[in-house]
Amino acid sequence: MARDLILEIGVEEIPSAYMGRAIADLKANALKQLNDARLSYKEIQSYGTPRRLTLFVKGLEEKQPDAVIEIRGPKKSIAFDQEGNPTKAGLGFARSHKADFNNLEVREVGGVEYIFVIKKEKGNASTAILPGILLDIINSLSFPKSMRWGYYHARFARPIRWLLALLDSERINIQIENIKSNNETYGHRFLSSGVLPVKDVQHYFQVLRENYVILDQEERKELIRKQVLDIAAAAGGRPMENEDLLEEITYLLEYPTAFYGSFSPSYLNVPPEVLTTTMIEHQRYFPVYDANGQLMAGFIGVGNGTDYSLDIVRAGNERVLKARLEDALFFWNEDTRKPLADMVTGLKEVLFHERLGSIMDKVERLQTLAVSIGEACGLSDAATLKRAALLCKADLVSSMVYEFPELQGIMGRYYAIKSGEKPEVSQAVFEHYLPRSAGDTLPATESGKVLSLAEKIDNLVGCFAIGIKPSGSQDPYALRRQAMGIVHIILDSGLGLDLAKLAGKAYDNFAAIETDSDRKNTISEVLEFIVQRMRGVLLERGYSYDLIDAALAVPSNDITDISNRIEALQDLRQSEIFEDFMVVYNRCHNLTKKWADDSINIKVLVDESEINLNRSFNLIKYDVYRDINTRNYLGACKMLAGLRPEVDDFFNAVMVMVDDVELKAARLGLLKAIANLYNLIADFSKIVV
Amino acid sequence: MNFQEIILRLQNYWGKQGCIIQQPYDVEKGAGTMNPATFLRSLGPEPWNVAYVEPSRRPTDGRYGENPNRLQHYYQFQVILKPSPDNVIDLYLNSLRDLGIEPEKHDIRLVEDNWESPTLGAWGLGWEVWLDGMEITQFTYFQQCGGVDCYPVCAEITYGLERIAMYIQNRESVYDIEWVDGITYADVHHQTEVDYSHYNFELADVDTLMQMFNLCEQEAQRIAARHFPQPAYDYVLKCSHLFNLLDARGAISVTERTGYIARVRNLARLVAGEYLDQRKRLGYPLIKDEELRKDLIIDEEVL
Repeated sequence: MARDLILEIGVEEIPSAYMGRAIADLKANALKQLNDARLSYKEIQSYGTPRRLTLFVKGLEEKQPDAVIEIRGPKKSIAFDQEGNPTKAGLGFARSHKADFNNLEVREVGGVEYIFVIKKEKGNASTAILPGILLDIINSLSFPKSMRWGYYHARFARPIRWLLALLDSERINIQIENIKSNNETYGHRFLSSGVLPVKDVQHYFQVLRENYVILDQEERKELIRKQVLDIAAAAGGRPMENEDLLEEITYLLEYPTAFYGSFSPSYLNVPPEVLTTTMIEHQRYFPVYDANGQLMAGFIGVGNGTDYSLDIVRAGNERVLKARLEDALFFWNEDTRKPLADMVTGLKEVLFHERLGSIMDKVERLQTLAVSIGEACGLSDAATLKRAALLCKADLVSSMVYEFPELQGIMGRYYAIKSGEKPEVSQAVFEHYLPRSAGDTLPATESGKVLSLAEKIDNLVGCFAIGIKPSGSQDPYALRRQAMGIVHIILDSGLGLDLAKLAGKAYDNFAAIETDSDRKNTISEVLEFIVQRMRGVLLERGYSYDLIDAALAVPSNDITDISNRIEALQDLRQSEIFEDFMVVYNRCHNLTKKWADDSINIKVLVDESEINLNRSFNLIKYDVYRDINTRNYLGACKMLAGLRPEVDDFFNAVMVMVDDVELKAARLGLLKAIANLYNLIADFSKIVV
Repeated sequence: MNFQEIILRLQNYWGKQGCIIQQPYDVEKGAGTMNPATFLRSLGPEPWNVAYVEPSRRPTDGRYGENPNRLQHYYQFQVILKPSPDNVIDLYLNSLRDLGIEPEKHDIRLVEDNWESPTLGAWGLGWEVWLDGMEITQFTYFQQCGGVDCYPVCAEITYGLERIAMYIQNRESVYDIEWVDGITYADVHHQTEVDYSHYNFELADVDTLMQMFNLCEQEAQRIAARHFPQPAYDYVLKCSHLFNLLDARGAISVTERTGYIARVRNLARLVAGEYLDQRKRLGYPLIKDEELRKDLIIDEEVL
């Protein structure tokens, strides 16, 4: 008969950030342990609140099935000598598995005979093996940081205070340090008191619910979502959508009750990002917007309890937020007392990287690099770019950004506007950090694009030059994200930039710094790194890998050009000329794979078909060059596809591999010359037809 | 409940729980953790339960007496329970009840907050305790101190006395807290906040402070070398405070900062090592339970 199992690990409040993974791991560990133990079950669920991690196994079999375990040993020819007596190796194998050599069996595997130990293992009752399994499940949980407590040596996210383990109504005994499992749990820290005896698995769920614990995290989350929406609606607004915040709050409490609180509208003069950051990061409140999308002078908090004395909770929270906003207002007034440009000198004191100098050094590099990029792609102008580069890091020494580092760039823009900087400059100060994450908006202004590229190329080149490169999951300077940013910005605006040249300029900016990697090597590594990210970006955008690889096989420092070629290939593949195009390519390419010389000695050509093909080739050759130079790749492809009749005629009429060495060379040369035109666009041998 | 009564009640409560009620340590320090009754006593195997008020200095937090929530000198109430008892959170919550804060009527939350002091070579895991959204206490299980693993682990409870008083008395400014009848926090501390803000940010003489730092560092090393951990530790505390003053004065650049922190940390480690050696030489006199002594000494030999 199958039974239900509950394991509850009672703990002091586990950090909310650990919970999602801990709950998933609990289930995964249980799955593995039960499968390894050959204990079948209907369903496994795992739940968690700040004070408990719960494993629920439905329909657990009462007994392991009996099992036959077969262990393969050495080959029969090794286990026995020529007289058929056991060898040392054979006896050793038997001994190591505590088996009598005479009981070993010989079986054939893949045509070879081996000796086997065959063991019959009797299935155990689940109650007999569950203690070990449960302990293994608990011990294999791991957390970003774990701790010890009291006189004990066990490590866990926070101290374990009780254990409940029940198989239906039967107690399973386990022990961790001084904690012995029992049939007892605890409810909500404040709304329930004392030990709660649990009769059986169903009763467990009931007891928790009666004692103000909503065990299921999904149920809790949806409850909070609904409460927050309802309360915002009642206040005439809507809450900020923020799944991360919702998730965090879900793991900060066991019994949610949301409430609306307000603050003085006078604080709405502070930039909205400051208000929302204070509410979210410091207090875990949901900001509320009115019908026009304007921030309201209120917030939604979620308490861990019922609505009993909710007014006291609300008043307390309002007072705390007021003090926080008062601080923010103080920072805002303090920072806007002087123009943003006055903060720049302070950047000398802020370290960018101990080997790469101060932020001020970085600002100076950005000024020259931004001007070069602007010139190269014809965006913005030198004066605007220099100004924007000078100011873009200044807010790092403001009081507000010191307090709220995530507001870097955002405050810079506000302060620049307040200081009377040009709109283009102010916007670029903000935009140079974009995109801040995958899917974030890209810079929209010309100066913003240029400065953002300069910022990211400077970071990449600087880091690569001193040997900081992402490896595996290690990418402390977020260089992958920055390279992706470069790709997105360039492709999005179709900028034609020679990245090798820019990386070289960026490298030259580090002339005064001792580097580990020389100029040439750094440039090629940075370029390779960006192109790799580009491959990922294009795959994400839905281009097929073979087209991407075909285009990337023709190296270019201009990723817009690479992207143009991929787009042309995509169009080509869908067009009616694609078949002709590929036939011409394959016929010309296949025979000339090992032939390098593309010169054609026309004097030796004899057949009408080859004279025709050569003439047609000559007719289009320069137009193809021209189209490739002007990046009209599809136009070039059309002309090449047009060679199909002549190519077919040629292969129908003549043998290429003739004995006449000169004639053979001329024919191969002609085919090679055609194939080489193709190779200017992409490596078409990589295309999967 | 006035400010004074809050302190007296906490002392009374923790005294009843078996804590020694010690008094503030007479050297400037940034937090109650730096009092030798915490920093040194949390090291080694000896049990130790203590509670005390600690005047704490954070020169950079001075606001010339103009900010209602920030002070360069404030009070912590510090409790150390070593080893951490199993019911330590309940003990703490009961102390709130003693202050008239009934958890049932409020939203009390334990929110992850890990503590690290680079200058002390110390870290621990725990929470900040929220009372209706306001942080009123830091709760930490020490894992390392002076670069040494803590065993047994102690629980450190640090109450922010001004915040609790503001909450209980329903005041919006720290200066409006009633200390005793008719005397406010402002009466006691406002002018000193103004004076020290001027001193910390403007008047402190950088050269003098740097010389003092170097001298105190040498003295700490010299005394530690003679195996007198506590006098040596006084000079570690002085170095730490002088560093904070130099920092507030804007005299320490980013690159120098890490250097200064490392210098203080090295001193803290040196003293921690000397203290552990000394306690061992003395035979751990605070272990009064002979069974426990045997267990611990066996443990130590195995280690």
